[in-house]
Amino acid sequence: MKSPTLRRTVSLLAALVALLALAAAAVVALNLRGEDALPDPPLAFEATPQQVERGRYLALAGNCAGCHTTRGGAAYAGGLGIDTPFGTVYAGNLTPDERTGIGSWSAAQFWRALHNGRSKNGRLLYPAFPYPSFTQVTRADSDALYAWLRTVPAADAPNTPHKLRFPYDTQAALAVWRALSFTPGTFVADAAKPAEWNRGAYLVNGLGHCIACHGPRNALGATEGERGLSGGSVPVERWYAPSLTSKREASVAGWDKQHVVDLLKTGTSPRASVMGPMADVVYRSTQHLRDDDLGAIAVYLQQLPDSTPAPSSTAPQRRDAGVMARGARIYDQRCAYCHGDAGQGQAGAYPPLAGSRAVNMETPVNLIQAVRRGGFLPATAGNPRPYGMPPFGHLLDDEEIAAVLTYVRGAWGNDAAPVMLRETMRR
Amino acid sequence: MYRSGQLGLPFDGYTRPDRAGTRGHRLRVAQYGTGRPVRWTTLKPLHSLAALLTLAFTLTATAQAALADDIAPRVAACIACHGREGATGGTAYFPRLAGKPAGYLFNQLVSFRDGRRFNSDMTHLVQHLSDDYLREMAGYFAALDLPYPAVTDRTDASAATLARGKMLAQEGDAARNIPACVQCHGAALTGVQPGVPALVGLPRLYLSSQLGAWLTDDRHALAPDCMAQVGRKLTTADINAVASWLAVQPMPADPKPLVALPGPLPLPCSAMPK
Repeated sequence: MKSPTLRRTVSLLAALVALLALAAAAVVALNLRGEDALPDPPLAFEATPQQVERGRYLALAGNCAGCHTTRGGAAYAGGLGIDTPFGTVYAGNLTPDERTGIGSWSAAQFWRALHNGRSKNGRLLYPAFPYPSFTQVTRADSDALYAWLRTVPAADAPNTPHKLRFPYDTQAALAVWRALSFTPGTFVADAAKPAEWNRGAYLVNGLGHCIACHGPRNALGATEGERGLSGGSVPVERWYAPSLTSKREASVAGWDKQHVVDLLKTGTSPRASVMGPMADVVYRSTQHLRDDDLGAIAVYLQQLPDSTPAPSSTAPQRRDAGVMARGARIYDQRCAYCHGDAGQGQAGAYPPLAGSRAVNMETPVNLIQAVRRGGFLPATAGNPRPYGMPPFGHLLDDEEIAAVLTYVRGAWGNDAAPVMLRETMRR
Repeated sequence: MYRSGQLGLPFDGYTRPDRAGTRGHRLRVAQYGTGRPVRWTTLKPLHSLAALLTLAFTLTATAQAALADDIAPRVAACIACHGREGATGGTAYFPRLAGKPAGYLFNQLVSFRDGRRFNSDMTHLVQHLSDDYLREMAGYFAALDLPYPAVTDRTDASAATLARGKMLAQEGDAARNIPACVQCHGAALTGVQPGVPALVGLPRLYLSSQLGAWLTDDRHALAPDCMAQVGRKLTTADINAVASWLAVQPMPADPKPLVALPGPLPLPCSAMPK
């Protein structure tokens, strides 16, 4: 005889098991969304020279080498670790090596990786490989990339296993993430917009994967399409990729279109210069793009919806007079020679600080990085001998960096919040 | 016009501890235009005014021209660490750049960029620069012909350590197959064109850290990496001895790198193409 309590427990458990099974089935089904069966046996693939050349160009547009080529390493042989809040993901070997690269992959398997985020052997790929963007790449472009990658020298370089914390290192956790955060998509041209705008949208949201840095991320580390390119923190690196939709950050609406093209092609323009991770993007990727594609990107970026927030307060910032005086002294000693006594800079060489959007942006993380690490603009065909800023990390301590930046953000009409010691102390 | 060898920057390593306020700024302008230090405190007021006007006028012409193509203001980023005109003294860590062989400087810049040498500041600075530009930078610093600061003979190294260092530098250690420093770096240790650096005129801390970097596999050159083969045979005691001895050697009357070695190199070396 079963007691009513036991019976109730059993049925509760059964319901729970059924629910779990249902959830698991849903996760599996959601992970298979939009996935076509691979042709078996694989179709023959004959690449044309035009296809190979197009693939070479597209690989630059997607900055594949940014992650898949290490400093001084063999091209596309992988090995670079990408730090994420969940652990380190290592980029794979994309060379046609049979054993360690993708030499044994078919064009359809390559497409499935790009479009569905699934590896040759069926395993789910981590979205540090930005397939939430690459899913918009067309099959024709995927095939061109595949054709190009088959021509790069094969490198015998086994993939480094990812170093992720539990539970992020499990396929189950990744499957749940994908069920919640990833939908395979196809680029759909907006018939109401001109071809140039559509080309820009395709490049920015597809191969360009601009959202990987310029998009905000949720608690699961996913970018959200509807929040667009409204600014994001570069994971772990302590750089902020400014909003492309806010006029107070890096929106290019209202710029001369040519200035946007210049910025992406040469790293500098009369309106702004690139620094930090964006210098890397220009150096490895956008400087190599054709002017018509850069123009398309410019047109698309200039027409992004505006999300400039209303000023949070009209009252001027309060600053400590002692900190300002100290900051002014440091500025006079270390910065004024290049950036000028009134933060006016020197055209073509040293950027102005007075009235600069980069200086007045809400978060000071990029300024802290610039002071601490310095840097040269990328050397490009249009700017082959760039000017540089020295690293001050070993000359100024955290308190001094906070003081000089508080001064710079409060002098000559600038009115951004003081930089606190706790901000310069974070590494 | 800008003259090569005269950066004309008004401060050493971005430090101007002696001045603040507008007077200092005027001084900065005056000096920038001429590339020559001016002591305003020694000038009479009228002279000061006249000089200021002249110099400020020169500035508008020269600074614009200089900024158009001169390399010096482009590499101002280097002098915060390496000292004005890359001619840092021997007291801190940072190595002197002025007068080093151009090929050596270029190889090091490329090595930082391509991951053969590791220094996060250096790598961050040069990671997006081209071979052509790095070659120009190297050539600029190599061509600077500037006096060396006096070398201090004060050291906390023992006489025995210094003697051991001198022995390694001048004779090597045949039993362990370690060539003498002078065999490759020249009899006066001032380096050899185009790729072998001077070993004198450098801070002890820098010398020992670089020798240690071969031991810990943190410094490389393209193959054949001659110095790696030598460096890996050294012990930490060897490194301390040779760095201590080198750091207290006065600069010879002619501090320039040799044009060529009298004899062959003891081992093949990528820095010295045949």
